[in-house]
Amino acid sequence: MNKIALIIQREYLTRVKKTSFILMTLFGPILMAGLMLIPIWLGLKDKDIQIIEVIDDTRQFINQFEGTNTIQFYYEFKSIDDAKKSFYKDKYTSILHISNTDKNTTAYLYYKKQPGLSTVSKIESTIEKGIKNIELEKQFNISRKQLDEIQPKVTVKSVSIDEAGLEESKNVGVSTFLGFGGAILIYTFIFMYGIQIMRGVIEEKTSRIVEIIISSVKPFQLMMGKIIGIALVGLTQFSLWIILSMGIYSVGMGVLASSNMNQLDFSKEAITNGMSSESENEISENKIEQQINEMFSQIPITKIVIAFLFYFLGGYLLYGAFLAAIGSAVDSEADTQQFMMPITIPLIFSFIMASSVMENPDGPLAFWLSIIPLTSPIIMMVRIPFGVETWELLLSMALLVLGFLGATWMAAKIYRTGILMYGKKITYKELLKWLFYKG
Amino acid sequence: MEILHIKRVYKTYAEHKALHNVSIHIEKQRIFGLLGPNGAGKTTLIRIINQITGPDQGEIFFEGEKLAPKHISQIGYLPEERGLYKKMKVGEQALYLAQLKGMSKNEAKTKLNQWFDKFEITTWWDKKVEELSKGMAQKVQFITTVLHEPKLLILDEPFSGFDPINTNLIKKEILELRDKGSTIIFSTHNMESVEEICDDIALINKSKKILDGKVADIKNEYKTNIYEIVFKGNLISFTNALWTGFELLESKKQDDRIIAKVKGLRMDSSVNALIGAVLNDITIVSINEHIPTMNEIFIQKVNEVMPDDLPEEIN
Repeated sequence: MNKIALIIQREYLTRVKKTSFILMTLFGPILMAGLMLIPIWLGLKDKDIQIIEVIDDTRQFINQFEGTNTIQFYYEFKSIDDAKKSFYKDKYTSILHISNTDKNTTAYLYYKKQPGLSTVSKIESTIEKGIKNIELEKQFNISRKQLDEIQPKVTVKSVSIDEAGLEESKNVGVSTFLGFGGAILIYTFIFMYGIQIMRGVIEEKTSRIVEIIISSVKPFQLMMGKIIGIALVGLTQFSLWIILSMGIYSVGMGVLASSNMNQLDFSKEAITNGMSSESENEISENKIEQQINEMFSQIPITKIVIAFLFYFLGGYLLYGAFLAAIGSAVDSEADTQQFMMPITIPLIFSFIMASSVMENPDGPLAFWLSIIPLTSPIIMMVRIPFGVETWELLLSMALLVLGFLGATWMAAKIYRTGILMYGKKITYKELLKWLFYKG
Repeated sequence: MEILHIKRVYKTYAEHKALHNVSIHIEKQRIFGLLGPNGAGKTTLIRIINQITGPDQGEIFFEGEKLAPKHISQIGYLPEERGLYKKMKVGEQALYLAQLKGMSKNEAKTKLNQWFDKFEITTWWDKKVEELSKGMAQKVQFITTVLHEPKLLILDEPFSGFDPINTNLIKKEILELRDKGSTIIFSTHNMESVEEICDDIALINKSKKILDGKVADIKNEYKTNIYEIVFKGNLISFTNALWTGFELLESKKQDDRIIAKVKGLRMDSSVNALIGAVLNDITIVSINEHIPTMNEIFIQKVNEVMPDDLPEEIN
């Protein structure tokens, strides 16, 4: 068998067989699915139905209040004092008291349990609309029915046109979600598995097996074998996580849904609310579904998946090479601190910049950060869902490939000298010298 | 026949000169001692032979061919700084290292079983290395070094950290391997530890080779012509008997016997000549020629070649 394949095999198998790997792989998705399901579950728990007793001294708001799944209005013809007296005997959760129809009137909401902001604002807008209707009828003789007939319903859809005249409509909400999600995953992957490379190199160095191995294989083969082996571990773990998370998530959703049909609507609402601000309660269920499908059809899914895998591996290989070099230069993990700084800074910087890039995904900051190899894996992932010109994408990818080839070349030079160097405090000047040592 | 020919090799690290014009011939089926104090350049030379690093100048020939990556599988190397993956199982690890040397998995398994039987360590196969004692780990390391039956075996400070039982076991194995056809290079700063088993040696000091050849020849060349004799009898008649052939250096009386050191004055002085000269005048208890140790030869040679460069350690 090819020697580098042997090394990859060992690096892969020893890690995959570890108890910690198996535990992480099994419990990771439970954790992730939990993170997705718990807010929904909590949302369901919190959503108690508001039953509001409307006491209207003006008698102008009969049938003006429309209920929803979560709020029900009951119009009662009694005085506010009577209502208050019997409040704790009645089924109502709160009493709405309207005393007049002045333009700047104040209505009172008496409650047993604090109603949410959305309930309050819904009541406010209904009263405002009611007073407006009353005034319209009084001053201009326009009935409510006439008004409803001319009430328009407008949606704005943004569509981009490229030079070739190709039209494409985009959804900013979903793009933001996907871009940020991809960036977080790449960031985590680079850190988690990059550090593993470094630890592996230090382990070989401190256990002193490294000289035995490099008398059989070239240091470069050992280094690349380790980097590739760990990349495969990472890919294995992520794919298992995704499969298991999807499984647990769908089972969990099924359980939640079957326990209460309304909750399904709610979760859909939660998803659409999270992704786009335009969805409101008035939109019918069908329309929501349609919208979700539409949103996703606007996003270049295949492009995103391919780009994700590319930047995932490209970024990992680039930073992995640097981390391997660091591991080779030190005697213990405690000594890595001074060399870790310049490596973590561009990563954290690009992560911080991600939100600015999302504000203006075609601006100069976004462009340059997505071209420079050190920041491009994260920033390009943020930009792609918003649409990136093909030449920019190709340039960025080409530079990333050049970047990791260059980094690997440098790392190999440092690695070759570093792994046989013991008990010496290494400085940057020293590392620079190693770059120019002859074989 | 020659297995290794090192031809005018130079190697410099930044400001440090590691090897300077070093040439060495190593014959097949011999035990070759590469001797010198710490920092003399031994490990650098060994790393060059193992192709871990390359020389700045000079060439190396393995069985007459220029040294190339394909020779790796014919060399076995036990470095001075050696270890194993702590978390890996002994058998798995030995298999891995053997496969890296180019053996097939099945071949490695068969050979490993033979060695494990020989060293009576078959129960260790599924143990993790971290569960082994240092001496146990050393046995495993030795097995992984010789498993692929290398033509050339390089042992860098092989006995540092070995207990006496393991040392003897390994020495025995090494002699056996030589008799089966392997060539062994021993590298050590502790010259006494290997001179008894080395056939040839090279002395290296401060990046330069200062002496090489067959151990017997070197000892002969550097013999001091000094004899130690213990006898019963009269010191004056003993001194007279030495006459023109030998010169008395020192003597001391111990109980009823005298211990004397004499130096031969002729080139062909020998134990026989000494016995012949004094046999009639005294009763000899014991007599032997004083043979210089490698260490003494080293100091003498360094003094001759580079008197200012004598390392402190040896002084």
